[in-house]
Amino acid sequence: MDFQSCVNIKKEWDIVGARQLGRDISRKVGFGTVDQARIATAISELARNIYLYAGTGKVCFEVLEEIDHKGIAIIAMDNGPGIREISQVMEDGFSTSGGLGAGLPGVKRLMDEFDIQSEEGKGTEIRVVKWLR
Amino acid sequence: MRIPILKLHNYLLISIQIDLDDQTAIQFQEDLLSKIHESGASGVVIDLTSVDIIDSFIAKVLGDVVTMSDLMGAKVVLTGIQPAVAMTLIDLGIHMQDVPTALDLEQGLIKLRQELEE
Repeated sequence: MDFQSCVNIKKEWDIVGARQLGRDISRKVGFGTVDQARIATAISELARNIYLYAGTGKVCFEVLEEIDHKGIAIIAMDNGPGIREISQVMEDGFSTSGGLGAGLPGVKRLMDEFDIQSEEGKGTEIRVVKWLR
Repeated sequence: MRIPILKLHNYLLISIQIDLDDQTAIQFQEDLLSKIHESGASGVVIDLTSVDIIDSFIAKVLGDVVTMSDLMGAKVVLTGIQPAVAMTLIDLGIHMQDVPTALDLEQGLIKLRQELEE
């Protein structure tokens, strides 16, 4: 964990900004084009959730360097309304916004690790990791 | 930002060459439907060769525009979806099964011609 940078999510265009920065970082870490697309798509989903449900928040990136492997961690955090039923938002097809409901379960499949913490009225923090193979 | 829509005989051709944000995608949906309406085009090819990310929102907009155009009587074919984008969409759980696709612009036009039986 020697590197951290964040993108504030305030307007819609910040979703694009976050995924472009994430893609650049993952390219530098050494991910191939398919994993770069997976990571950038996951960032897009997480950033859009912040924009749609919390209004504002931020997406941070960490380059993970351990003895035997490298990776990227993405942390999406907001002080929004929080999620009452986490199991519900992890179901495919569940959506309160009229979207496809592919967001969070999709992000989980795109990445290697997925952690979610949320408290009603306080906010949500999601941390995902992709390891370089 | 507006995505240019080109008319070729009774077809409309679109090549998306920018990183799509939500607003641009929605604007494109509106622009395409009005262009179909005013031009009377019977077929549309949307080429995605230069698109390196399709997330769930963009997928929904693209899927919707195909259905909406169909309602108006115009067939849409999506072409040039990159390998990385196809893999990511399936991981996301988005199958786009009802959406006609083709490998590239050329194949897309052939497919349109077949579908429209010209």
